[in-house]
Amino acid sequence: MSAVGHAPVNDHTHDDHHHEGTFITKYIFSMDHKVIAKQYLFTALIMGTIGIAMSVFFRMQIAWPAESFKIFEIFLGKWAPDGVMSPEIYLALVTIHGTIMVFFVLTQGLSGTFSNLLIPLQIGARDMASGFMNMLSYWLFFISCIIMLGSLFVEAGPASAGWTIYPPLSALPQAIGGSGLGMTLWLTSMAIFIASSLLGSLNYIVTVINLRTKGMSMTRLPLTIWALFVTAIIGVVSFPVLLSAALMLIMDRSFGTSFFLSDIYIKGEVLHYQGGSPVLFEHLFWFLGHPEVYIVILPAMGIASEILATNARKPIFGYRAMIASILGIAFLSTIVWGHHMFVSGMNPFLGSVFTFTTLLIAIPSAVKAFNWITTIWKGNLQLNPSMLFSIGFVSTFITGGLTGIVLGDSTLDINVHDTYFVVAHFHLVMGISALYGMFAGIYHWFPKMFGRMMNKNMGYIHFWITIIGAYGVFFPMHFVGMAGLPRRYYDNTAFPYFDDLADINVLITIFAIITALVQLVFLYNFIHSIFYGKKATANPWNSNSLEWTTPVEPIHGNWPGELPTVYRWAYDYSKTNEKGEYVIPGQDFAPQTVPLLKDEEELNH
Amino acid sequence: MEATVTRTGTEGKTWGGGNEPLRVSYGKMMMWFFILSDALTFSGFLASYGFARYKFSNSWPIADEVFNHFPFLHGVDAPMYYVALMTFILIFSSVTMVLAVDAGHQMKKAKVTLYMLLTIIGGLIFLGSQAWEWKNFITGTYGAIQTEGGNILQVVDDEGHRVAIADFVTSTPKERLQHERSNGLWFVDEPTIPAYDVQDVINSFEANSGLLIRTQELTERGEKVVLTRQESLAKLKDEATGVIEGANLVSNEYGNPLFADFFFFITGFHGFHVFTGVLINIIIFFNVLLGTYERRGSYEMVEKVGLYWHFVDLVWVFVFTFFYLV
Repeated sequence: MSAVGHAPVNDHTHDDHHHEGTFITKYIFSMDHKVIAKQYLFTALIMGTIGIAMSVFFRMQIAWPAESFKIFEIFLGKWAPDGVMSPEIYLALVTIHGTIMVFFVLTQGLSGTFSNLLIPLQIGARDMASGFMNMLSYWLFFISCIIMLGSLFVEAGPASAGWTIYPPLSALPQAIGGSGLGMTLWLTSMAIFIASSLLGSLNYIVTVINLRTKGMSMTRLPLTIWALFVTAIIGVVSFPVLLSAALMLIMDRSFGTSFFLSDIYIKGEVLHYQGGSPVLFEHLFWFLGHPEVYIVILPAMGIASEILATNARKPIFGYRAMIASILGIAFLSTIVWGHHMFVSGMNPFLGSVFTFTTLLIAIPSAVKAFNWITTIWKGNLQLNPSMLFSIGFVSTFITGGLTGIVLGDSTLDINVHDTYFVVAHFHLVMGISALYGMFAGIYHWFPKMFGRMMNKNMGYIHFWITIIGAYGVFFPMHFVGMAGLPRRYYDNTAFPYFDDLADINVLITIFAIITALVQLVFLYNFIHSIFYGKKATANPWNSNSLEWTTPVEPIHGNWPGELPTVYRWAYDYSKTNEKGEYVIPGQDFAPQTVPLLKDEEELNH
Repeated sequence: MEATVTRTGTEGKTWGGGNEPLRVSYGKMMMWFFILSDALTFSGFLASYGFARYKFSNSWPIADEVFNHFPFLHGVDAPMYYVALMTFILIFSSVTMVLAVDAGHQMKKAKVTLYMLLTIIGGLIFLGSQAWEWKNFITGTYGAIQTEGGNILQVVDDEGHRVAIADFVTSTPKERLQHERSNGLWFVDEPTIPAYDVQDVINSFEANSGLLIRTQELTERGEKVVLTRQESLAKLKDEATGVIEGANLVSNEYGNPLFADFFFFITGFHGFHVFTGVLINIIIFFNVLLGTYERRGSYEMVEKVGLYWHFVDLVWVFVFTFFYLV
């Protein structure tokens, strides 16, 4: 045994010296992964509140164009003269909504929160490999949030070229107000965000590789860890390419290079830019941009897998197939970026290549979807809020995924390109699905984070109104898109052709407002439960994974005494012996720390 | 193993948990993954460079003509000599880094100190050399004439040798346009007056019958197209709009401005990496001097910065290949 690998050098046993830091070292500049996870979660929730509020604002403009609202006057100030939203701020809201939701909520809210919380707890480690870098990662993220929010207050307006910031619109301050200082701040914020994400990902990867406890082989890891581990690898591979694009765009904007710009006339004057190509930017951007959607969705997939198995009281169906499909998705995600560019002027032959690789993604995605369904098939379903959100996740992932087949085909895509069909597709498949994953995770691991339970009934209200509302928003949106309504338009009244769609846009907006409002129930439940929730027991969901073997009151180093040893995989739910009885009498689960019982066969998963 | 101990079932397995499956510490692994990430940033740049170069493959500047300076050899055509030297120095600093890491394994403090110092010196020489390359590129050698379409025209004699614009143009005195408060432009910087303008160049070109114009187009044999005397004169009169001397991010006397943009940006980004590498090396050097690693019982930090240093060198090999050689 000792012949294998090195003994871990950094097995810091913290139990013999208890850390009593000050408030600042304990809660602000903390290096404890559990505190950092909460910091990520709180920051992401604040950013999410802002992002969702923005979406309500611009949905109101779409439903009731040029109508005056007091709320616009309050929040938008000079951008809403007499309470009527101006076109500039409409574009800015759309842009910043996209940026905040994709990067600051779904990337760091999911990956940042749950990697930090779950990786050490579920693999049986005292903490992340490098607590200091972990802290640095969070604070860089915090700075990038501040810069992004700060850009909202710039005189010429925040970035408004869309979250994809295609040049030349984003490169020339003369083009729109938002491409001035607002865009500079956007790019600065994103560069810092990328550094933060890199530091975080490096930590997640090496922690999973080096710090698994005894017996925790790779094929005994809960699927959450697999998903978060692979997410971190995708992040390390794809974010740096966005950094290249961002740095080159900064050069174009501020130092006069021509990487993405060529032959531009403004007010009859020819600008000096010569030879560059905006399509080059699109290639670089989407080389990140596509893997980014898997960075967003993989953690949600991992969380859903874990919660579905736990609450169906059944082993996950096709554990190794799940791992293989995570790896397959990760690989394929890097070779499909061209499907975002079918009508960019890219060579149509290349388009058909990208169509092929894109449709390949349907295979691992379908493997996962069927495995989730077969996992809960005939299960003893515990329909608590986290389970409901996980099932909701599977539902929206399938609904959104099906339209992906349409959009992934270059010939079909031309017809619905840049319409609300696309908006509906990606909101369902990555936006809503990832949010459901995040909610599921919060409801499930809330007792681990705060030692208390969230209120179930409020959770049910939150879930049912959210799922009806979200489908109410995005289901009709498909038809609006197929009718040809283009996305990102400030108002559609100038086109009589779209008059028929005015009512359905009102309906969508009403659903959006209701769905946004019901998130306040969640926020109330979340904050209230931190202080007044029912005290949690050590293992409230009767789960197998290691995090539930730690004391309810979190301690630095996670486990008092020795690290737990793992003897089985994480999904021994309702396991029976030959006599048809549970292997542990009277208990339908066998935690990973329970050694194989006499005559018990290890499941050949 | 005692019989009473419960077995996890993963004993003896490399990935069984409770060990370091890749036999590397987490710190070194982080450095490897960081290098992977940084390599992709550089790949993004180099792929963009390739994209631009392919697009303008029939008019790209010839590197041998651009980088042909050598210190103290003024006016001597020394294509690639200096960049070969600085590449050699950088690679040699990688060698000394390997020696430092090896000495660290043997816990020989004095040797580590010496080799780290040599590595730092190598890095500094490289940085200085790069600054000198930039300076030559920014100043330029011959100068060129810019056309309406944004292309450049260079001047050669009838044997095909380049002729510097400064060498044949006689300049005429010019009136300096002064911004005044009255025309509302008092806050705008006035441009410096160039020594000669397009008209001077055209006049002097006409007066020197041995001169021809070379365009930035490449022939099938990879040489620049040289026009006949008539064509040259016509081209100059029809299209010339300005005179460029040297290169910057906006214009480039050697040809396509993208060549200069990518050169400055990629070598600049690489130079920034070398600069941080030297800084980190200096910090580690002082830690070695202070005996930090001697006390720690391991020179692994030297190994980690060594990895970074080798990576920076490797990137230079690619930059060197794509900018200078091919």
